[in-house]
Amino acid sequence: ILIVDISDALSERDKVKFTVHTKSTLPNFKQNEFSVVRQHEEFIWLHDSFVENEEYAGYIIPPAPPRPDFDASREKLQKLGEGEGSMTKEEFTKMKQELEAEYLAIFKKTVAMHEVFLCRVAAHPVLRKDLNFHVFLEYNQDLSVRGKNKKEKLEDFFKNVVKSADGVLVAGVKDVDDFFEHEKTFLLEYHNRVKEASAKSDRKIRSHKSKSVNGFLFCSLLNRFFLKVSELFEKTRKIEARVAADEDLKLADLLKYYLRESQAAKDLLYRRGRALVDYENANKALDKARAKNKDVLQAETTQQVCCQKFEKISESAKQELIDFKTRRVAAFRKNLVELAELELKHAKGNLQLLQSCLGVLKGDT
Amino acid sequence: MFCSCELILFLLLTGDGMNAYMAYKVSTQTSLTMFRSKTFTVRRRFSDFLGLYEKLSEKHSQNGYIVPPPPEKSILGMTKVKVGKEDPSSAEFVERRRAALERYLQRVVSHPSLLQDPDVRDFAACIDNYVLCLFVCALSGAGFLKMLNKATDAVSKMTIKMNEQDVWFDEKIQDVENEEQHMRKLHVMVESLVNHRKELSGNTAVFAKSVAMLGSSEDNTALSRALSQLAEVEDRIEQLHQEQASNDFFTFSELLADYIRLLGAVKGCFDQRMKAWQRWQDAENMLQKKREAEAKLLWANKPDKLQQAKDEIAEWEAKVTQYEREFERISATVRKEVIRFDKEKARDFKRQIVKYLESLLNSQQQLIKYWEAFLPEAKAIA
Repeated sequence: ILIVDISDALSERDKVKFTVHTKSTLPNFKQNEFSVVRQHEEFIWLHDSFVENEEYAGYIIPPAPPRPDFDASREKLQKLGEGEGSMTKEEFTKMKQELEAEYLAIFKKTVAMHEVFLCRVAAHPVLRKDLNFHVFLEYNQDLSVRGKNKKEKLEDFFKNVVKSADGVLVAGVKDVDDFFEHEKTFLLEYHNRVKEASAKSDRKIRSHKSKSVNGFLFCSLLNRFFLKVSELFEKTRKIEARVAADEDLKLADLLKYYLRESQAAKDLLYRRGRALVDYENANKALDKARAKNKDVLQAETTQQVCCQKFEKISESAKQELIDFKTRRVAAFRKNLVELAELELKHAKGNLQLLQSCLGVLKGDT
Repeated sequence: MFCSCELILFLLLTGDGMNAYMAYKVSTQTSLTMFRSKTFTVRRRFSDFLGLYEKLSEKHSQNGYIVPPPPEKSILGMTKVKVGKEDPSSAEFVERRRAALERYLQRVVSHPSLLQDPDVRDFAACIDNYVLCLFVCALSGAGFLKMLNKATDAVSKMTIKMNEQDVWFDEKIQDVENEEQHMRKLHVMVESLVNHRKELSGNTAVFAKSVAMLGSSEDNTALSRALSQLAEVEDRIEQLHQEQASNDFFTFSELLADYIRLLGAVKGCFDQRMKAWQRWQDAENMLQKKREAEAKLLWANKPDKLQQAKDEIAEWEAKVTQYEREFERISATVRKEVIRFDKEKARDFKRQIVKYLESLLNSQQQLIKYWEAFLPEAKAIA
């Protein structure tokens, strides 16, 4: 067995330190239970090492966790600090609490996303055996993986551009296996839609949040008229904030995650497509060599290698994609059910508050 | 004993080009005996309402009555309607104005003293050619504001601090000032709440569309169906948000705007009382001067001018008595008016807030229905 989780995390100035905790009965580890401290860059290093490893070309590489981003939250806290003079002590403490809660939520999310990445790797029959993964889990010194410098980032960028240009090329090649053809078109569309949907839901949530902040200021003024009503709005506002947070978690995050995974699946298809092109080119080269009767042996070996590579990728890719679909459907089901249940819970909560407040107001005429 | 008025938009645009105007049907139901019948209907236009206000203000503000102010002219709003712009903001503007005029008129006829004014009776009941004769108000925007502000002539012009005998007035005016401040702030908040809700509704609509598209490209049938159901739910929620936004607006925001204007009128009647006091004081000073003049004449022994001086003293003594009585009368009126205003305001706000909360309640009930319908779909995903 191999169980990995993030047991602790610390947020320092501009970096987060994750405590990766492993429990394992595998013989390759020195102990059965141990922990190391890792930073975001080291996760990225691990992910990239998978991507660059030819052996894993036939698998969907679990997407890398996104960089922890507290900038927006920090900015808001700073602005709050600057505006401290212009509001009452009560308002200030309330807003501070809210922003701190927001910061905490973002923090929890980034921990969760890093954890999910590790768990996916640990659950994958092949990737869990990867040496780099074991080093990542066990080596208790700094892995000294610096973040990519500008030049390397630029190289990456061009690689991506070439890949997408290539991708277009490769997509055009007629595929032998219909299954893969279908998957490719589906994933392409899906990927785009998910991107759109997640962007829209982000915006919706932001306006939902600002509405609740508004309501907050709204009620401190209403105090003059009906204390009860202002209390009501304070409570419903809290519920609305929770609704926004839940929608964020269940829907937006789900969509964002599957956006990344579907990209990883696309990458797999791309690699397979590439391998196919290489194989077909090798075939053509072999025919040419036979015709000229020159370098035939070399051409034969190249062709063999390409054939093997292609077949290896195809074999595992099919299963990977089926697994991906199963995982996706299950995740959507879980999240959509939970989303609906939470929405109901909050709506009922709101309803009750409104009913009781109305009861009181109508009662004392 | 009641009198209630209802306003219906009769003709959206009548007249030609830029001179076009909206005509309203004003229907009154009443049990008051001063009217000849129990129900009647007349046609009026916006400028008629303004004209009514002008008349009432002229006659009654100086006596300390709180004359309800009408809604403001809106050149932009009217121009859009005239130009025939077919957009939702025009429709909103038209309804907003109608509702505001209705509330204005209802306040006027609910005022027991103003209702006695024949001009009010004529406005509600007089049928023909009303539009052309008495109440045409051709004031520009600036002129209109000036008219409203006439009633609230700057207290700052008063250099003498009033020796307030009755502490009630001092406290009251302070209360009114505070209240107006708070209401303005609240009004701004509600407006931004309305905007946010509209934005939320817009985003929800867009989101619903993209979820629908996502559902259509999903090849697992159950998930695909669930996603398109989700899209439908979000669509309905968007509708809900839209309605709630207009509710927020019409129930709350407009109420606040009305009361901000009304508080201005309340301040106005305090000012009128100040003026009355000033008049009385000036008369007292004049009387004093005349008495001093008389004394001087006595001393200088000029018997011929003496009679004139005595006459003037008598004249000013009478004026002082008159102005003092007027001041006391206006103080009593202001006091009564403000107490009545406070009661009405409390009732108004309470009623509107209850209405608003009920609309929020409905929204939540709808939300619950939608999500309850969706849950089984989500659970059916396999």
